[in-house]
Amino acid sequence: MATAAAQRTARTEADGARTDTAAYQSAFDAAVAADERIEPRDWMPDAYRATLVRQIAQHAHSEIIGMQPEANWITRAPSLRRKAILMAKVQDEAGHGLYLYSAAETLGTGRDELLGKLHSGRQKYSSIFNYPTLTWADVGAIGWLVDGAAITNQVPLCRCSYGPYARAMVRICKEESFHQRQGYELLLALSRGTPEQHAMAQDAVDRWWWPSLMMFGPPDDESQHSAQSMEWKIKRHSNDELRQRFVDICVPQAASLGLTLPDPDLRWNEERGHHDFGAIDWTEFWEVLKGNGPCNEQRITQRRRAHDEGAWVREAAAAYAAKHTGNTGSTGSTGSTDETGATRA
Amino acid sequence: MTAALALGDDALVLSHRLGEWAGHAPVLEEEVALANIALDLLGQARVLLSLAGDEDELAYLREERAFRNLQLVEQPNGDFAHTIARQLYFSVYQQLLYGELATGDGPFAPLAAKAVKEVAYHRDHAEQWTLRLGDGTRTGHERMQRACDALWRFTGEMFQPVEGLDVDWPVLEARWLEYAGDVLGRATLTVPQGPRTGAWAAGAGRQGLHTEPFGRMLAEMQHLHRSHPGASW
Repeated sequence: MATAAAQRTARTEADGARTDTAAYQSAFDAAVAADERIEPRDWMPDAYRATLVRQIAQHAHSEIIGMQPEANWITRAPSLRRKAILMAKVQDEAGHGLYLYSAAETLGTGRDELLGKLHSGRQKYSSIFNYPTLTWADVGAIGWLVDGAAITNQVPLCRCSYGPYARAMVRICKEESFHQRQGYELLLALSRGTPEQHAMAQDAVDRWWWPSLMMFGPPDDESQHSAQSMEWKIKRHSNDELRQRFVDICVPQAASLGLTLPDPDLRWNEERGHHDFGAIDWTEFWEVLKGNGPCNEQRITQRRRAHDEGAWVREAAAAYAAKHTGNTGSTGSTGSTDETGATRA
Repeated sequence: MTAALALGDDALVLSHRLGEWAGHAPVLEEEVALANIALDLLGQARVLLSLAGDEDELAYLREERAFRNLQLVEQPNGDFAHTIARQLYFSVYQQLLYGELATGDGPFAPLAAKAVKEVAYHRDHAEQWTLRLGDGTRTGHERMQRACDALWRFTGEMFQPVEGLDVDWPVLEARWLEYAGDVLGRATLTVPQGPRTGAWAAGAGRQGLHTEPFGRMLAEMQHLHRSHPGASW
């Protein structure tokens, strides 16, 4: 049985010599089969690398764009305790973005390049963040449902075959679990509060339930990357399997919240040992993914604006570093050295 | 508890302003840093306001004329340079003030002893950015100078005596001027010349006289809480 160590040995021996792709490929396959971790310096198939870059970048972008719907309520949080919790959460998300860009960078792409792809629309982020946060209760619904779906998705990624991604997920999932409990607790306070607060909580759950189910991606038979990702042990479970797991977890939680889920077809199926649930509106899913959701334009515009308006700051930092340490700094200057000082709106 | 309100409102209002940056920062690391500072200040505000009464009642149910914060901290964020200049001026003040209060045996000593560690970090962060912006590019230098100039008139108010704080204010002010002047000098910036208080001779914010943007800030901050009287969150 080849080990990751053997694989590394094979690579070192071949360094500078004739590349023997078949030997590398079989060492890689053996390492994946043995549930060993692939590390940045190990040989890996180009397609494996590309898939990981795409997935980790999309994940990082989701953390960054995902700050927006929640940041929308920081200045309006109804108590100082809730305000502190929400600020801490949004800060955590920025931190998750940083972890994930670092993980992506181990595969040979820089953060600037990935952000460029986000800004130009060549890389995506989770479609859930294209829905608006209309009331305070949405902050709770996002914590409970959106973070809940994310955790269901991400816990298996802690065993992903690519080491840096798996390790990032361990740290992220710990914090996400905390966020999810906070969201649940926020909704519980509303649900047990005044009639107006209860109605606000129910309305938020009604609006976020279906989009949360869509977070697991298209049905298995329409999922482009699933089979290959599972073969490489990047993914461990199919979209539909994780979606079912999520529904089964949420039903009793909704009951203890005293809230209903907006699905008349939702019921326990004794035979399957799972809940049956209604049909997802995939038309909406694909429309949002194509950019026609309620907030797609707004989210990406704000992200671009923050980046563009911050260019002079990054340039100043890079210039200062160059002046005072002889290097070019590490704040990711965009290469544009615009000295006009004009604010780009 | 005039002093608890004064210090608590400073922290509460500046925390709120920093919270407005979430999702808008020039670089990802600053999303983390600004939120971090905002959280520290909110923590201080909660302790201080709790000394004076119920934190949420004080934050959400007072009107503009009852707030005791410095006019400096309520100034809108402006560009990143304005945010950094505001943070530098205030953090240096907080570090000096809390350093004093921590060594005394007044009611604020325990809070000050804890907060002074956080504030040293805030001051360092603002100082590093003042250097980078002031001594990086010409654009950065111009923007930073503009920001320092624009906020200068609000710095005098920090040294108006606050009832209940046993501090040698003139000494504190001299130390602040020396420290801030040194940072600006190292950043190749000119120490602003001009009055250090506004046209109102009074320490206006401390007396509940604020600037126009403040009312709008409070409207946003308090709206939801006030819409549900008596509800708990």
